[in-house]
This record gives sequence, C-alpha cells and structure tokens, in this order.
Amino acid sequence: MRRLLILGGGTAGTMAANKLYKELDQGQWQITVIDADDDHRYQPGYLFMPFGTYKPSQVTKSRRATLNSGVDLQYGDIDVVRPEEQKVSLTNGREFAYDILIIATGVSPRPDQTDGMLGAQWRDSVHEFYSYDGSVTLAEKLKDWPGGRLVINIVDMPIKCPVAPLEFAFLADGYFKDKGMRDKVEMTYVTPLPGAFTKPIAAEAFGTTLDDKGIAVESDFMLMEIDNEKKALVSYDEREVPFDLLVTVPLNMGQDFIGRSGLGDELNLVPVDKFTQISTQFDTIFALGDANNIPASKAGSVAHFEIDIFVENFLQHIAGAEMSHKFDGHANCFIETGGGKAMLIDFNYDYEPLPGKFPYAGVGPMNLLKESRINHLGKLAFRWIYWNVLMPGRSMPLPALMSLKGKRTDLLETEQEKEPALSA
Amino acid sequence: MATTVINGKEVVVDDEGFMTQYDQWDEAIGQALATAIGVDMTDEHWKVVNFLREDFKEKGETPTIRRVSTAGGVDTKKLFQLFPKKPAKKMSYIAGLPKPHGCV
Repeated sequence: MRRLLILGGGTAGTMAANKLYKELDQGQWQITVIDADDDHRYQPGYLFMPFGTYKPSQVTKSRRATLNSGVDLQYGDIDVVRPEEQKVSLTNGREFAYDILIIATGVSPRPDQTDGMLGAQWRDSVHEFYSYDGSVTLAEKLKDWPGGRLVINIVDMPIKCPVAPLEFAFLADGYFKDKGMRDKVEMTYVTPLPGAFTKPIAAEAFGTTLDDKGIAVESDFMLMEIDNEKKALVSYDEREVPFDLLVTVPLNMGQDFIGRSGLGDELNLVPVDKFTQISTQFDTIFALGDANNIPASKAGSVAHFEIDIFVENFLQHIAGAEMSHKFDGHANCFIETGGGKAMLIDFNYDYEPLPGKFPYAGVGPMNLLKESRINHLGKLAFRWIYWNVLMPGRSMPLPALMSLKGKRTDLLETEQEKEPALSA
Repeated sequence: MATTVINGKEVVVDDEGFMTQYDQWDEAIGQALATAIGVDMTDEHWKVVNFLREDFKEKGETPTIRRVSTAGGVDTKKLFQLFPKKPAKKMSYIAGLPKPHGCV
C-alpha cells in the first residue's frame, strides 16, 4: 500500500484529496489528511461577515463531512516534516510515513510580525477580517461604531485574495451609506503598493471609483509599527496615518512547521515549480494552494484550476513518467464594488485582467472588468458552488487554463504581450 | 509600451519608463537609469540591484521590500536610505524589472 499524506484539509487539501480519491486505485493507495480541527471555513465569507451579510454558521462545515468517506482524516498539529526519511511528526508524538506528501496548509494572518499590532488597541480599535475570530469581532465592532477615521491597510504582499481589502473599502462605503452615517466616516486606504490599482487596464476600468466614493489613498506605505497611544500607523519613511478604527491585513505567512522543516522561504512558503507545484528540493513533495510560492494570486480560485492540472501531473509522476501538463496561473474572481454590484476578473501568469465577456465569447452572461448586478449574484452563488461542486471535486464547466476567447486583447499594446511565451 | 534609447541601446519600456524585457538590461543601463532618477550608485546599491535581478530570474517576480530585507540581507531602514521615499519603485526601475504589483 502506498501512502499519500496531505497536510491541511482546507480548500486545496480537500479538493486534492477528493479528486485523487476518485483517480487512484484504492487497493494501492491510502489517502490521509491531517488538520488541527474539524472546522472547514469558507474563507471568502470572512469579507461579508463584518457587514452582517453572512452569519458565522454559513461559513463553517465539518472537514470530515466535506472529505470523501474513503479518505482518512486525522487531527493534530504538525511539528516537523523530515523529508529525507519521508516522515511527518505531530506535536502529540504521532508519526506518519509517506510515499508522497502534499503540503496544503495555506497562509495565515500574522499580527505578531508587526511591532505594536498586538498592543493595547488589538481587537479594540485595531481589527482584521482575515481570520474567523477577527471577522466575527469586527462585525460586533461595526454594529455600534459611531464613525470617525476608518483606515484600511495592507501590511505587505502577498496576501490571500489580494482584492479583498479593496472590496472591504467598497462594502464599508455602502454599509455606512445604508446606515445613513457615511458623512461621519472618513475613509483612507493605505497600501505598500504604488497605488490601489497597479495593472493598467484594470486601473482604467476602475477609473475614479475610489475618488467617487470619497476614499483617500496613501500609497507606497511600508508599515513599520502601530503606535497604540497615538492610534496611528507609522511608516519606515516616517509618515503617520491616524485612525479611530483600523482594519488591517496583517502579514500573511505559511505555517511555522514549514520553516522548522527547512522547506520554506522567508515567509514559510514552499518553493515549487510554478507549472507543476512539485517542490524544488524533493520529488516526493508537492505544495498546493496558498502554501506554495507560485507568482499567482493566493486564492481558492487559483487552487481550483491548479489542482485540475495537478491531478493529471500527479498520475504521470507516480507512474514514473515526465509531468507534461503546465498550470498557467489562472485566476478568476468576483470583486464586490458595493451597492449590490460586482466586477469579474479572469487572468493568469502572462495576461493581466482584460475586459470582455465570460465564460462564452460575445455572450457572457458575465462581463469582465465591468460592474454589474449579475456579477454580484455570481459572487453570492459561489458559496453554494464552493461547498457543493468544488470541494467534492466535481468538475466545473470551466476550462482550467485561461482562455483568450471573448477578451479584448486589442487593448494590449505589443505583440510580446499578446503572445508571450509560457516559459519565463 | 514603447522603445527608448538608454545608454546607446534600444530597449522596450512601459508607460512609466520601466523596462519590460529582462535580457535587455546590463549594468551600464542600470547605472544610466539610476542617474536619471538621481540615485548615486554605491556597492550597497549594487548589492540590492543584483539581488533583485537574481531573485526575479529564479522566481519570475520582483521581490518585495520585505524579501530584499530578509532574503537579500539589506534591512528596510537601509533601503529607504539607499532609495529615498519609494524604494520598491526605485530599485525595480534601476534593476530593469517590473514594479511590484497587485492583481488589479
């Protein structure tokens, strides 16, 4: 019996386990998933909980119930991976041997990595919505917040769902308008990037959205510390942004056991080949979803397309063949713009988001890079799709690799951009 | 997207003058780009630029300030001294790499 061990039973780990269970000969392979607990969270819901759109019960299901019953699930915290011995130890002393290891333990917000973030103001006037507890606590805070200076901040890239902080700003604008108190709230968006929008064609599509909503932008802001007494963000170049309520996205890091095992980079992300997600160090280890270091967005959508390609490669790999399929970094996300509307973007390693129709050229019904009601409904419907189609490993009527059909490639200016070699 | 001549060599640049073709860069061009934005290149500047070039080649992405600090060994305060005000933008400009970006 060969052993496939999957660390992490979240979005990527669950999809990989359920898809491989169907593909592998069950007389030859035992699939075991290890996670700390039984709470599988629908993380995209964290964006909506602070505004009361989703209740906590709507974002949680049992990991056991989400995994195929033929997949073994064990609970415990991972202590260390010993790649040379092909073994994983848990902190409770248990040990698991593997033939192939999949690391799918994602990334987590790390407020401890910024000076002052866990100070006196933490969970009082300093909040985050990237964890279940953070999102629930922020919902409580917003309910009776009287208004003042609301600052939305990204500590550093990469982060999960890179557009979520912008969406939070748009949704907050709508939320305070609905409460009749938008005039009492001064909003500032503070980012380490050169601007709120950094891709030229998307930036043009968003145009003056932030200005129109009265949201100020503070760019190139490298956060050094949070001053709890002054209630201000302080940057390395000595700028200060005062707040009454801070909603920050803490530094996102992979799990510490990855660092302890010598398998990670400075953010505990596992270096992998960007086309196949096999570890650059060991041919018995893959890292899927947010846990790896591919230059794509950290998002469930990327994990979904990535795993479609990965399954094909995995079957070749265990048969001793060359892995011949190449993941292209495809991502497809709805962006809430507030007021019951959303945009849709579709992009990959080589192509920035372009306007057009999706998924059918000329037909849609979704519009790319354009606000619409149907995109918003798509985003809300996605929660059902997540639990009922994606997690069980059923196939979506969408190709895993990005398609240029229906996209306005004429907006790209050079031939290299229109036909980049998928090789870099 | 256009071509321009830097230090006697024709190169492709984007709207903001950032080079877009990794292999068109050389040290003389880096020096000329630095001069153009008022950065006086020292060994410490070159250490940063060389790290950016190597890291991009390996990972396909311009490293963040945090990565230059933790993996490249030049801390953030120092980066703000070497490339005042906007180190992320300035160091990628000189290294002939895309500036750091998000997904929109």
